[in-house]
Amino acid sequence: MFRTISVRLMQSIPVLLLVAVLSFILMHLLPGDPAVVIAGADATPAAVERIRRELGLDQSIWRQLLSWFLNLAQGKFGSSLMLNQTVLSAVGERLPVTLSLAALSLAIPLPIGIALGILAAYFRSSWIDAGVMAIALIGVSAPSFWIAIVSVILFSVKLGWVPSAGYAPLLTAGPGAWFASLIQPAMVLSLFQIGFLARMTRSAMLDVLEQDFIRTARAKGVSEWRTVGKHGFRNALVAVVTVSGIIVSLLIGGSVVVEQVFALPGIGRLVVQGIMARDYPLIQGTMLLFGFAFVLINVAVDIVYTLVDPRVRYD
Amino acid sequence: MTDVGLVAPSTQILAERRRFRVLRKLAAHRSFKIGLVLVTVLALCAIIGPMLTGTDPTAMSIRYRFKPPSARFPFGSDQYGRDILTRVLYGGRLSLGIGFSVALLSGVFGAMIGILAGYFRALDPYVMRLMDALMAFPAILLAIGIGAALGAQASSIVVALSVAYVPRTARIVRASVLVIREMEYLQAARVSGAGDAHIIVKHVLPNCLGPLIVQLTFIFAYAILAEATLSFLGIGPPPPAPSWGNIIAEGRDYSVEAWWVMLFPGLAVSLAALGMNLLGDGLRDVLDPRLKIET
Repeated sequence: MFRTISVRLMQSIPVLLLVAVLSFILMHLLPGDPAVVIAGADATPAAVERIRRELGLDQSIWRQLLSWFLNLAQGKFGSSLMLNQTVLSAVGERLPVTLSLAALSLAIPLPIGIALGILAAYFRSSWIDAGVMAIALIGVSAPSFWIAIVSVILFSVKLGWVPSAGYAPLLTAGPGAWFASLIQPAMVLSLFQIGFLARMTRSAMLDVLEQDFIRTARAKGVSEWRTVGKHGFRNALVAVVTVSGIIVSLLIGGSVVVEQVFALPGIGRLVVQGIMARDYPLIQGTMLLFGFAFVLINVAVDIVYTLVDPRVRYD
Repeated sequence: MTDVGLVAPSTQILAERRRFRVLRKLAAHRSFKIGLVLVTVLALCAIIGPMLTGTDPTAMSIRYRFKPPSARFPFGSDQYGRDILTRVLYGGRLSLGIGFSVALLSGVFGAMIGILAGYFRALDPYVMRLMDALMAFPAILLAIGIGAALGAQASSIVVALSVAYVPRTARIVRASVLVIREMEYLQAARVSGAGDAHIIVKHVLPNCLGPLIVQLTFIFAYAILAEATLSFLGIGPPPPAPSWGNIIAEGRDYSVEAWWVMLFPGLAVSLAALGMNLLGDGLRDVLDPRLKIET
């Protein structure tokens, strides 16, 4: 086990380094001169020059890349220009919001999506299958921000069931308000995930249900519930674990949009604000953190994979 | 009686029969047919529709602000009194055009990179690590970053989304190439003296086309959704020229009083994505039954 983890971690090092280089390049692609942006429109050329020197932008691109890596090695991810705080503390402040949203947006669609997928596969070609697949298709076809706006009109404006925007922290506002502020965004995000998971689980289950061991289980009189639930589902689970990296990626991408619509002060909203304000260090730092998180989550997924399916090995 | 049945059909006839079998299977596939009809109707609306309405999508009229759907304005009118139906029809040109260009670009570059990595194994680790690193950024964030860097216009959206989807396409193509390169017909071609270029064009490319086409239909669907999302975040094709995304974005502020402004373009986006997803499902079942969904 320890060996698997260390091998997989070693393999991810080159990707992590490349992620750091790419986030550096991305920031240098952005148009405009950061020094001018920071100094403001009325700054004297001397002031702009001083800021440029402070940021190290007067040095060659290779030098800047080197110092980016040296800073990263010391755990310095840079400081935001618009917020007057380090990227790490800005992200840290907003992390609870994004994590709360992500947790709910995993807790809702995982059981629903998988259950729907199994139902559709088991009752293949029936009206149940058709109905589930129709719901799943709508889920992956409707743009989430549009669903969000429609949902706000319906559930917040017309019915008044849930707040239309804003976040209530778990600790200060209490679990009720916290849940009320997140349930609508989480449901909107879940719709796509449910569709994706149901489609995925259905095709995996269809493969598994045709296998010999399912027929054997039925032939020796194992109950239908046990055959499908235990023998079938456990094997289909491997396929679901395989795509969990994709699910996490969709979740991060989706939360950027949903945080924007519902004015949730999370990391996604922070990045969009940073891009609009041309806050270069903030964009660079948060993109890097997103990239790192994604790579490390995928390592975790691969390790879980070896637990679910002992045939898989990484060496 | 002659012994026609004993003569083996030529390879050309076999290839033709295979092609017909694929077409026959597609013609019998329900979701493929529904998807094809949806996509064709939407594409025709976008191409011919604007000529039929005869209205200018940017023509403003204070008198007709926020008119609900009626005979004169079937989809209603917006805050400048512009006809939403006309704007949705024109918007389809831009939105579907962006979706098509993204699918085309990521197909071409994804295929090139995937074949390079899969065929020339020495390049593989370097190329694929770079693709892995690009995929570490959520597609929509990468597109927001690149889109913001290149400026708000249709072409930068196309570039941004293509960069986001090329790694995913390259991975699929590479996986097929890895299987194809071990096939006996490829060994045979090599033994008979065929060069790399000939093998790639004549044998590798045609054989990874199936999974590639399936992937590109799904990318088309994602790109339509992503264009709408980017426009909503303010990094799309700028107004007043309509795209489905920016009509929704403009209608958002009036979404309670004038729900029709954002409802109809949203339906158009959903129907287009739905149509492409259905087409993709059908193509996957027929061309590549073992392929799993990749995003």
